[in-house]
Amino acid sequence: MTSALKNIIYNCKQATFLIEKRIAGKITAAETLRLHIHLAGCSVCKVYQQQSILINRIFVGFENTDFKLDEAFKKTLTEKIEKEINKN
Amino acid sequence: MQNETDKGLTAKSLHSDPLSWVEKYADYLYGFAMSRLRDEDVAKDLVQDTFLAGLQRLDRFEENSEEKTWLTAILKNKITDFYRKRSAINLKVINAEDEQQDFFDAESGHWTEKHYPTAFGLEADNPLMMKELGSILNECLAKLPGLWFSVFSMKHMDDLASELICTELKLTAANFWVIMHRTKLNLRACLQKNWN
Repeated sequence: MTSALKNIIYNCKQATFLIEKRIAGKITAAETLRLHIHLAGCSVCKVYQQQSILINRIFVGFENTDFKLDEAFKKTLTEKIEKEINKN
Repeated sequence: MQNETDKGLTAKSLHSDPLSWVEKYADYLYGFAMSRLRDEDVAKDLVQDTFLAGLQRLDRFEENSEEKTWLTAILKNKITDFYRKRSAINLKVINAEDEQQDFFDAESGHWTEKHYPTAFGLEADNPLMMKELGSILNECLAKLPGLWFSVFSMKHMDDLASELICTELKLTAANFWVIMHRTKLNLRACLQKNWN
């Protein structure tokens, strides 16, 4: 067994690092293989992977339209713009 | 007086009417900023800065462009500036924060017992649960070091290439991935802690 392979089988720190790199970028074929082997034997990291993907989904799925500025702020803002226009 | 007339004419000929900006675009821009910053006060400030910067640059507004697109582009730049500023302040904090969290055994790389990921026990199809989890996530995001949040948000909300983020925030590729990893470990742990 190569040391890289041996290392990943027992190493959750490396495995979770590869999980992140795979989700947000890309990993090599060798890294993919090593990660698969790790995940096949590590249920904790499998839970981590599911939750990691879920977190991204929630973060990106944030509803812009849920947020509205309050009227008072808008009023002040309009006044500032008017003032700025009249300044010149 | 002469000036005022000039200015009015200029604005008109540029097809832009700043007096209607707030009504037309303020909520949209605020939502855009909130999705990337998750901070109401900062988002409000940047929306205001965007309108004021827009006024300054009215002469550069091109006839055939959309006001909304143009203002959004200004806001995007303001957000990037904000990320950059906040990241610079937080750069020194990375290492210290790193050492505080012992997610893994230093020798074996195994999860330490107290940081074992456990199932959230939630149904991803349940919109109420997801919403609840979303608000906890926002609280967790607010606790992240500024640089980490900036990296995370630029990567996921704007889907920027990693290389571009590294250039903007002056990071090495290795640093970038360490931050992505650490950020997720922290967010996940924070969710687990506050969810159950």
